[in-house]
Amino acid sequence: MDLGPHADFILASYAVYAVVLAALAAWLVYDGVHQQRLLDDLEARGATRRSRAGRAEKNTKP
Amino acid sequence: MTNQSITQKLANPTRFMSLSGAILPWLAGLAVAVIVFGLYRGWTAPPDYQQGETIRIMYIHVPAAWLAMLGYALVAISSFGLLVFRHPLADVSAKAAAPIGAAFTLLALVTGSLWGKPMWGTYWVWDARLTSVLMLFFLYLGLMALRSSIEEETLAAKLTAVLALVGVIILPFIKISVEGLSVPWLGLEIPAWNTLHQPSSVFRSDGPKIHASQLYPLLYCALGFTLLFFALHMKGMRNEILRRRVKALRIAEVDRARAAEAAAPAE
Repeated sequence: MDLGPHADFILASYAVYAVVLAALAAWLVYDGVHQQRLLDDLEARGATRRSRAGRAEKNTKP
Repeated sequence: MTNQSITQKLANPTRFMSLSGAILPWLAGLAVAVIVFGLYRGWTAPPDYQQGETIRIMYIHVPAAWLAMLGYALVAISSFGLLVFRHPLADVSAKAAAPIGAAFTLLALVTGSLWGKPMWGTYWVWDARLTSVLMLFFLYLGLMALRSSIEEETLAAKLTAVLALVGVIILPFIKISVEGLSVPWLGLEIPAWNTLHQPSSVFRSDGPKIHASQLYPLLYCALGFTLLFFALHMKGMRNEILRRRVKALRIAEVDRARAAEAAAPAE
């Protein structure tokens, strides 16, 4: 396909577009995996939120 | 329970996570499919009689410009939802939308500049449309910088929301900068400013001004990138909910450790 005398500008536009959107998507996917891993680690160590822990404590009291 | 609105139902982060987890893969897949189709239609459309092949840049530049403004509108509506209705997910939405909106604003500026050089003879002019979109980009950066500079999350959310609502004036400013505004029954007449940027060719009171062979690819691309925007936004919101859960668990752990430390001497 002949893009004419302005081919560089057209290809550069699409290249920038692809790089920015790919970087944004990759960052979001990485961040999601990272946060999920942190959450799994905390839960594996038995960490619970105050409200849940408080409720559990209350339920075990005589 | 049956009278709950959709926003009330989604106010529960756990319910949101479950629902968005099911929707997200389909939304992302549909976005990619529509974008591929739109770009295929765009690249097989005839060149423009004036712009020639550089019309291809419009199939990505115009959606980016629309989404730059839609992103900010989403930040502003979410901020309003936080300040007025105290919706639990409003701040999550505003925070997630800002970097995505900033990315599309950057893309609108860069692709516009790359289109401007062969068409206008310059990468940049300080005219009303270009300058106001640059201000929008800085506004996004300002929102993100303000939020990250305040450690206390509730305060950061409120201050960022106030700035977002003040900054919403930029949206009509961007629109009016090229087209002016005439509201005869209010006696309001704002002339279009001196600008190189052409007025809208699609959303006009007298109908679109571009040929169907270029209009449909443009609309498919706009739809595809809009779906992608919402898929990215949904992913960003899910990440933010996870981040807040991690933070809540860490705080609870520290509190428990402190309480145990304080109780130890007494025993």
